[in-house]
Parts: sequence; C-alpha cells; structure tokens
Amino acid sequence: MVANIKDKAVICGIGNTEFSKNSGVSELNLAVRACKAALDDAGLSPADVDGMVTFTMDTSDEIEVARALGVGEMTFYGRAHYGGGAATATLHQAAMAVATGMAETVLCYRALNGRSGHRFSSGVSGTITTADAIHWGWYTPYGLLTPASWVGMFTQRWMHLTGVTKDALYEVAKATRDYAANNPAAFFHGQTFDRAEYDAQRMISTPLQLFDCCQESDGGSAVLVTTPERARDLRQSGVAIRGVAQCAARDQEQMTSFYRQEFAGIPEMERAARDAYAMSGLGPEDIDAAVIYDAFSSIVLWQLEAWDFCGFGESGDFVQDGALRPGGRLPVNTHGGQLSEAYIHGVNGIVEAVRLVRGTSVNQPAKTVEHALVTSGVGIPTGGALLGKQD
Amino acid sequence: MNDEQQQAFEQCLYRFVGRQVCARTAAKDAVNEAMIRHWAETVGDANPAYTDAQWAARSARGRIIAPPAMMYSWNQEGFPVVAQGRAPDAQTELVDLFNENGFTGVLGTNVKQEYYKEIGLGERVHLEMVIDNISEQKATARGIGYFFETLASFSDQHGDLIGTQRFRVLKFIPPETAAAADGGGAEQDTLQTPTRIAAPRGHDNSWWWEACDQGQVLIQRCRNCQTLRHPPRPMCGECQSLDWDSIESCLEGELLSFTELHHPRIPGYPLPLICGVIRLREGVNLVANIVGAEEQALAIGMRVQGKVEQVDEKTMLPQFYPAENGVEK
Ligand SMILES: [Zn+2]
Repeated sequence: MVANIKDKAVICGIGNTEFSKNSGVSELNLAVRACKAALDDAGLSPADVDGMVTFTMDTSDEIEVARALGVGEMTFYGRAHYGGGAATATLHQAAMAVATGMAETVLCYRALNGRSGHRFSSGVSGTITTADAIHWGWYTPYGLLTPASWVGMFTQRWMHLTGVTKDALYEVAKATRDYAANNPAAFFHGQTFDRAEYDAQRMISTPLQLFDCCQESDGGSAVLVTTPERARDLRQSGVAIRGVAQCAARDQEQMTSFYRQEFAGIPEMERAARDAYAMSGLGPEDIDAAVIYDAFSSIVLWQLEAWDFCGFGESGDFVQDGALRPGGRLPVNTHGGQLSEAYIHGVNGIVEAVRLVRGTSVNQPAKTVEHALVTSGVGIPTGGALLGKQD
Repeated sequence: MNDEQQQAFEQCLYRFVGRQVCARTAAKDAVNEAMIRHWAETVGDANPAYTDAQWAARSARGRIIAPPAMMYSWNQEGFPVVAQGRAPDAQTELVDLFNENGFTGVLGTNVKQEYYKEIGLGERVHLEMVIDNISEQKATARGIGYFFETLASFSDQHGDLIGTQRFRVLKFIPPETAAAADGGGAEQDTLQTPTRIAAPRGHDNSWWWEACDQGQVLIQRCRNCQTLRHPPRPMCGECQSLDWDSIESCLEGELLSFTELHHPRIPGYPLPLICGVIRLREGVNLVANIVGAEEQALAIGMRVQGKVEQVDEKTMLPQFYPAENGVEK
C-alpha cells in the first residue's frame, strides 16, 4: 500500500543562483539568494514561508537561512540524508508537510561551494568524524576513496553483465553536453565535444574518464512547495507533485553496497519508481521528459532501467537510438545536467524538471510535456518525483 | 583551531583560488648570451645548443636557444627583493593569512614545468601568475597544513605560450607550535613516508583489524544460525542474535569487479592502484587491492588468491593476486 499524497502539494516557485567555480561568497549567501529567487518567481515574500527542507550535508542551517531571508515563524523544518540521494527527498518531506497541514509553504534548498570549498573528488579522508567513519574505513586503506572509484566499480561489473559499452556512456555525456552548449547558465555553455575529444580525456577511475564525471560547482538552487489552493493564486502556473517516493533497500551502504550477492543494480531506485508510479497512477509511457541524476554518465543508464523505460541491459540501445535527444522518446537533462550545467546536488535538476512542465526550458522539447520525472543520486538511498501540470 | 574557527579560516583561504599574483609582465632583459651562460654554468649543463653559437648555427635549429628549464629565471626579481622585501600581491597576502593562523611552516614540495615553444636571443619572456588551487586540510608528516599551487605562464613577445610552471607549497603548523598549543612535548621533526589512511577502529570492527595486523582475514559468524557476515556488525540480520564468533578465510575467491584509480593521486598509495570486490569461497564479499597484474590482465570472473601483506610502515592489508589456474568458467 502506497501512501497517497498525489497532487496534494504543488511547486510554485524555482530559483538558481549563478553557477561558477569560485563564488567568492559564503554558502549561506548562495542559499539565501536561491531561496529569494524562488520566492520572487512565485510572487511570495519570506513572511509566507513556514517550512524548510535541505540536505543533512548542507552547511546553511534552516534558522540561519530564515533569519537572513526574514522568515518569521517556521512550523516545520527537516533534513534529508545521503548526499545526492536527498535531492528529491526534499520534495518528499515538503510534500508530506504540506499535505498534512504541518506547513503551508515550504522552501527546499541546497547551496554549496563545491569547487572553491570542500571538493568531493578529494575523497573521504581519515579526519571524518561522523558516525559512518567506520564504514569508510573498509575502503580507505585500499585507496577506494572517491565517488568516481565507487561508481567505477559498479559500472565495470554492470557493463560486464549487460554488454553495454562506452558508446552508451559517450551518448549520455554527449547528449547532455549538447544541451548545455545551448544553455547560457551552464558552465559548458557554447562548448561541445566530439568522440575523439571524449576518448582523449584522462582516465579518472576505470572505466570512467573525465567527461563521464560531473563537475564540481559553486551555486545554490531552491524550490518552493505549497498547497494546491494557494498555488492557484500565484504568478506561475503550478507544477503538481503527482508522485514522490524514496527507498533504502536491503544491505544498503552509502555508495559502496558491494556486499550484496549481486551489486550491479539499484534495487532502492526500482522500489522508489514503483511507489511513485503507483501513487501518481502514471506509468513510464506517460513520462514525456526527465531530469535524471547524473553525477556520472553510467548512472543515468541504470536509472532508465529502474524507471522501466527499458529492461535490464537495454539502456545502451535505448540511448544510442537517440532517446535522450530533443526529438527523442525521452529528452533527458535538457539543462545540461550536472555533467555540464552545474553540480548543485540534483536540486538544479528539480528546477529544470519544473521548467519542462511549465514549458520554459531553454531546450524545451517540441512536444507537450505533461509529465516529467526527476531523480536523486544513486548508489545511496534514493528516490524520485513525478511532476505534472496542476489541474 | 576548533571546527568553527577552521571553517571561518577556510572561507577566507579558498577565496584566494583563482586570484592573480601578477598580470602579464615583460622580463627586464631580453634573452641574452650572458645570462644563459651563467645559468648553464651554475647547473652544469654543457649542451652546445645553449652556449656555442657556431655549433648552434649548424644545428637543425640554426640558432642558439634559451634552456627551457631556465624560463622562470628571466622574470626573477633579483637583489632589490632581498634588500627591500617583496611588493604585496595575492601570494604574499595568502602567506600572511597562513602565518596569522599559525601555519608558519613552509616547504616547497614540487615544481612541474611544461614546455611548448623554444625561444632565442633577443626575444622577451613575459610572466603571468595565478594561485591555481588550495588543497583541503591535510595531516602531513610535517604537521597539519594546506598545499597551495601557483601556476606561472610564460609567453614570448607575440603572446605565444613558451611554457608553464606549477609550484606547490605546503604551509603547515610546525610541530613545536602544535605541541606548545597542546601543552605537550615537542615531537621530532622528521619527514616520513606517507602511509595509507587507516580505518578508524571501534567496538564493532577493531577485532577484525587487529586480526589483520596479525596476518589473518576473519569473517564474522552468527553463533546462533551460523550466517557469515562482512563487514562486521553487532547483530545478525537473519536471526537478530548478538552472539558471534569468526572463522578465518582461505582468501580464495572470484573477482566480481575492479577499478583502477588514476586520479586524484593520493600520497601513500602505490601505482598502479587497483581495487576489487572479491567473492570469497566462504560466500561473503570483500573489498581489497588487486596486485601482481596489470589491469588489462584482469577479468571479471577470474580466480584470485589473497595474502595479508605489509603494504607500508604501518599497514597490514589483504592483497589479491590472480590465481595460478587463471580464469574460472
Ligand atoms: Zn543468526
């Protein structure tokens, strides 16, 4: 039985800061500006906000954001755990709060100096003091320290089992870059690449080369969630949360679930997909476009399979048939993704999914987008959301 | 420095990334025979391409060229800096920030030059320099500190790139300062070879690492239902028993996946660095290094054999080698 909060919460505002490699400002500054942009987009003021959700990894406390922004009384604040797995989990929490009346208008935000501050590519170090230090200790002595190395390990086995080749990884990276080339807000605006250039990039952790890996960026993104009643009176047409789900599956670790009998898969996303489809009454055939979390090119392929756009091992053919492209079956990451727009931990992806449903993406597909999928990071507890035009 | 102080410091620190140390500036002297000769004598480089005009005229180049490794010297400030100090720039500001926060130690750790174009007599070298990157805080053998790297770009009078030079510096809290701050005795300031990042040891895992230190890989076993589990945890997920013992693994297994780590390089880890997931014959998976073979010689499904080996001064780890019999069906 899936809890049903279909259409009980609506996204009414979105906002991004500029994306860069060196913001020169604090993460709190980025968070506040992204939130203000989302409020402006909706035509609401900080006084209208009574709830907030961000990532456990975010350094800007809700009350700091509230004080800087001028928010009054907040009756709901929560945090979502597990890195990029928290992206749509922020919507999950906001939608639950709004649907139950615990809050009326909730800001979801994420802001980071991911390039000029702490860089994920530098790996987990011996100085981490969190409760999962012991967990990372099973990998640090061997040098398995970085996101690329963990995902490389999964990718190598998945490619072995499915026969999918680098051709498919290239197509994911290339389609995404081509979208970014046309997006003035993207870091790689105006810069595309060809196969020879892709192949010539340095190896990061086999089989992942540089263009298979997302950027590290400075920036912030925010999404404003409110009730359907309130959303109807606002500046933008509402984007309803039709279905939202998350899952931590059996034998789950953060990024290193290598102890499952078969680890070339993302059972947590399969479960979240089933639940989100069940809640929304939609199926993969109803989804017109998607923003699929792309910290690495290969993880987009697994998610296409988990969300049932194709079967296990078929995602290579699916993308090589042009499915991700503007006129394809499922235009994906039309903002340029985290590979080529910016890495804002997936929340810039929620912003883009809202634009796709509104019809305002810089790379808006020619067909009407009734429903868009947006997902969170994988290899960790994860999830996704199905968005549609508010009735 | 507590966490908050460190955060505040790093906020200021990382603002230096990307800052220009000097705009493109011409060297005081054009490339000339006298300075080349002094440089070649000092470093003991007798290559006639640099100093023998007649030889050079007959060579494929047809002219004397400046030693590429000398490119940094054309723009050196010289004696006024010794006498009067250096004019403030982004790098001196950065060093001041480090010093004010106790990172008074300094160690130049590497220089990397790349060459793109040769230059001859009469040409003029131009220098531009930026602070290219600053590392996260590192625990080094010298002490806690940060590496920063400047990137100097050398170009000729046409603006064509001659070469680049990356200079990496460690700014650290010297042990005597750290010890004084801790109220402890001064430690010996000896440079040690970096070792691997050790696993933190707690209630649930220290027994495993202690056995590893003694050369054994153990697998935790539920005493109630005999289910094996790795990595160790306090309760059996099958029967919820808290009672456990362990068995020793034979370290025979099948390679389920592997990845070779190329970037970033991490001090203390050998090259090539390959990690794999091994299905041990006992039935549980283990992550460990794969050694004794190039990556190209590895295949998923291959049989591997492990040994616990000392991999550096402080670390014992299971290391897996391709098994004699090769690939398993
Ligand atoms: Zn048991």
